[in-house]
Amino acid sequence: MIDLIVTSALWIIVVALAFGVARRSLPLLRESARGGATEFVYLIPRMAIGVLGSGYIAAALPQDSVAYWLGSSSGVFGIAVAGIAGAMTPGGPVVGFAIAAAALKGGAGAPQVIAYSTAWALYAFPRLLTYELPIMPARVVWLRVIASLPLPFIAAWLAMLIGKP
Amino acid sequence: MQAETSQPRRKRRAVDWPTALLVVIVASAAAFVFWRDGPARFFDVVWDDSGLFARMLPNVLAGCLIAALVTILLPRDTVVRWVGRDSGLRGILVSAGVGIIVPGGPFTIYPIAAAFLGMGADAAAVVTLITSWTTIGLSRTLVWEMPFLGFDFVLWRWLAALPLAVMAGLIARAIERYWRRRANP
Repeated sequence: MIDLIVTSALWIIVVALAFGVARRSLPLLRESARGGATEFVYLIPRMAIGVLGSGYIAAALPQDSVAYWLGSSSGVFGIAVAGIAGAMTPGGPVVGFAIAAAALKGGAGAPQVIAYSTAWALYAFPRLLTYELPIMPARVVWLRVIASLPLPFIAAWLAMLIGKP
Repeated sequence: MQAETSQPRRKRRAVDWPTALLVVIVASAAAFVFWRDGPARFFDVVWDDSGLFARMLPNVLAGCLIAALVTILLPRDTVVRWVGRDSGLRGILVSAGVGIIVPGGPFTIYPIAAAFLGMGADAAAVVTLITSWTTIGLSRTLVWEMPFLGFDFVLWRWLAALPLAVMAGLIARAIERYWRRRANP
């Protein structure tokens, strides 16, 4: 349902923007539509590899033992382990959240789970390879990777500071 | 090294090294799953993921079109003024806010981010945008995270993650300044 809302929202934006460009000039609209479509075609095989890949990597990952590891070590070390595990978890919309939920149920500490899902959101290494590096200038990707290093720790620390609602 | 502002479109190769590396990783994982769990499980993954892939396609196309159209509609000066190199803290805050509301997946945010870079946005602002989208973006949180982790936990995580994007932007800007100073002392 929400899925549908997101898709509709995206296409409403497309139509609004297209209308704006069309008012300026129709050939310009055609040209930019062609540019966007070319980019799309370029991305299709990469997306296919990424989606299929996250499926297989997730299936190959021993999810239970990842969840166990998140719970078994505590403190700063546990948060570091959780962060590394999160960074290595493949992207795709559900893998990281599924493992985080399993870990929470299995008794993992909430700060570790937050560090895990934050690191996963920031890095998801396979996603970085499939989408980010082919589309973005490499320099900016590495800048982002370096700038994000402390963030999983900060998120875990802030979560402890706020306290669970 | 990529020129920062002059190249809105990059040169494209059919196969780049990140894709090649990923193909190797994916093939190994797929072979492992086939070996451990047998062909039924192996094809289950293909079947499940082709549904996901089909649902992603319209969003990806929309993302690419938005990136192409925005490039035309937004005047370069506006981009430079709002999120350019001298936009300061305001540029980073604006990028973080945009990241929260942009809908879609990584495949929509990256083309848009790349388009902004080509139009003269600061690298630190783009880092902020992506960080904001991945850590506190509403569409991702509502669509995918909430069903798994529940409202209370997600709200808690979201509040803890709120300052991360701005921090990433400030760190990225500091690193950039350091790189630039080292390049021309």
